[in-house]
Amino acid sequence: MQNGDQHYSMEDETYTDIDGKAISLECQSHSGFCREFTVSSAKVSIGRVMAYTCAVWLSAYIIFFVTENTAVLSSAIIITLVGMMVHIHFVKVDHETLLIIGSLGVQVSSSYASGRESTDFIEMGKIKDIVINEAIHMVRKIKDIVINEAIHMQTVIYYLCILLKDPSDPEAVSSVVPLFQSSKPRLNCLVKVYKSCQEILAKC
Amino acid sequence: MVLKIFFPQCCNKADSGLLVGRWIPGQNSAVVLAVIHYPFIPGQVKQYIHQMRGQSGVDLTVLGSWSMPKEGQEGMESFLRDLSTIFPQGQWLQLSREMGKIGFRCHVLTRDPSKSPFASQVAPIVPYIRHLLLTRAHGVFGTVCQSEPLFFLDKYDDGPVKMTHWQSEGREGSIIVELMKQASTPVCLLTTWILTLWTSLCSSRILNVRPMRFISSKLSTCLQLSYRTEHLQTVCSPTRATAHNHFMRKANIFVSFFVDVSLGLLLVSWMYRENRIGKLANTLVPAADHVAKELEELLQWLMGAPAGLKMNRALDQVLGRFFLYHIHLWISYIHLMSPFIEMILWYVGLSACLGLTFALSLLSDITALLTFHIYCFYVYGARLYCMTVYGLSSLWRLFRGKKWNVLRQRVDSCSYDLDQLFIGTLLFTILLFLLPTTALYYLVFTLLRLVVVMFQGVLHLSVDFINSFPLFAMGLRLFRSYRLAEGVKFRVLCEEPGTPLHLMMDINPLKVSSVVQTYRTPTYSCYPKDSWLALCKKLFLGELIYPWRHKTTKID
Repeated sequence: MQNGDQHYSMEDETYTDIDGKAISLECQSHSGFCREFTVSSAKVSIGRVMAYTCAVWLSAYIIFFVTENTAVLSSAIIITLVGMMVHIHFVKVDHETLLIIGSLGVQVSSSYASGRESTDFIEMGKIKDIVINEAIHMVRKIKDIVINEAIHMQTVIYYLCILLKDPSDPEAVSSVVPLFQSSKPRLNCLVKVYKSCQEILAKC
Repeated sequence: MVLKIFFPQCCNKADSGLLVGRWIPGQNSAVVLAVIHYPFIPGQVKQYIHQMRGQSGVDLTVLGSWSMPKEGQEGMESFLRDLSTIFPQGQWLQLSREMGKIGFRCHVLTRDPSKSPFASQVAPIVPYIRHLLLTRAHGVFGTVCQSEPLFFLDKYDDGPVKMTHWQSEGREGSIIVELMKQASTPVCLLTTWILTLWTSLCSSRILNVRPMRFISSKLSTCLQLSYRTEHLQTVCSPTRATAHNHFMRKANIFVSFFVDVSLGLLLVSWMYRENRIGKLANTLVPAADHVAKELEELLQWLMGAPAGLKMNRALDQVLGRFFLYHIHLWISYIHLMSPFIEMILWYVGLSACLGLTFALSLLSDITALLTFHIYCFYVYGARLYCMTVYGLSSLWRLFRGKKWNVLRQRVDSCSYDLDQLFIGTLLFTILLFLLPTTALYYLVFTLLRLVVVMFQGVLHLSVDFINSFPLFAMGLRLFRSYRLAEGVKFRVLCEEPGTPLHLMMDINPLKVSSVVQTYRTPTYSCYPKDSWLALCKKLFLGELIYPWRHKTTKID
């Protein structure tokens, strides 16, 4: 925490994502025209890791018991290790950050559980606007499959996105960059971020 | 709009002096390129800047002053402020930093009374300019790239003007690269001359006779040879590569060629040690014999009652004997060749020195030659089956009283005479009852042919992979990631109250997956010509399939 910047995280208001898991939002205002928003999702839960590992190894032992081939055991170990590494390096997102610098641009970055960061910077000249969009989200939960396979759960979700200008036609929107894809916060969280961003965009 | 200053990190610790750089008009930002230290003579500074402006074509000016006061230099600030009168500018920046603090202070003096100074909204940004320059990053930093002549003087040079800039510690270079640059010109000239000789030989009239052209277009080794010649011509052209893409293409081709040749040499040394090639040649003829024997057994099985199906005895015997005689001819041919095979293989195996891709294409060609009889059987079976199917469909239409109208490309009704109908129905019945036999032979030989095609396809795919994978770009991305930039990224360094916002700008390297996509060398890759559905349809109708097709090399 640097001295001099205003840092506040809303502890009294808990945010959840669209699946109902708890997430946290942190807003940092570095200056009048520079703000940073960090949405952190839940960390890797040790219970699930142990459950998956035990499942894989138990099945490997059963296969070994049947076939008497030791290659099964070593391949189970390798599969578990490789799967875990791939999961924390490529799949599990720890937090996502939005850094908006007035008259310079917007930087979007996702940080994975292994520490890898993937960043993208969009110049202000290319940005048309930041808006909240609606989308239809198809979700099939396990209990729905058991109870009634034919039903697809469909919900309307909101997501924050950046509209990019078309270089040939300044009025048209060429593409849409969605933000906070992995954490998927709900509307109350998005509205807060949206209002903050619009203040900065209006200034420059 | 907020005033933005791009400040190189190396000048953070520089002594006080004048800031030299460029204003970017549309975006209200300034790029600082160097700091000229005290003592200097203003006349000489102006002359130097004028010279640099002419050499580089960039609109260099004195932007303002930089002060980092050390002990004993208290009067510096007021002195530097007075400099603004010597160098007349529209806006004069005054950046200062105290020892031990990270933040800068910034004041903007403006001459033009209509513009008001935005001193509180300045955001100096401190980039890793050294690395940015190496990537020729776009946008604001096109300026920095163009100002190369400015960076030729380093701190060890004695001149009228003492500067600090990103290369004042000494220019980045490597002994190996310099040596290679010196050696490359004569080597390139020599290689180009050899290649022109080779291409003129290849296009001479002797080798351009029809049969030779046909054979060389079918053999994948010749294709690979022509492809590599093209590559070498690209690499060894004496002109320097100017564009980044061009340079990366040349480097990728060179590195992959080098790796290919070294792998090929390894393979050759392994094979020729302990006379493994002789052993391979000695197993080749027995292997071909074995394949022929298996085929004979298969045909005997088909001539009997295969899988319990009842065949038409006469047709079965005819087809079976026909194919058996072919196999007998083939085996005699192989036995005729057997004394020469070892020698041929020994010399042909030496061509694997040219690269691993050549060894693989050779293997593919040898497989094609040795399984030529399977290809012939497939063609016979397919043609027979195709004729049966077309005859059946046409006679089926006759059976229903319809006809294919060639003019209108549709099925029309037609009134046939009684004797036409009688003969047609008879032929239809005959063909229908002969269909299982021909279908079975077709099925068996198509499966064999598909196995061979799959094997060849795997070999071609691996050759293609070795040809097109951008090894140099991948190595650059892993070890010198700042040279391949996708963009930039920012980090907030510090915000002290009263100082402008201080951000760190760094290079965002290209993602590994996009490295492969961007820098892939285009090849004559073989790709499936038909979709799965079209392939199945062709198989069902009995049309000859050539599942892999070579693209011609694209030149862009």
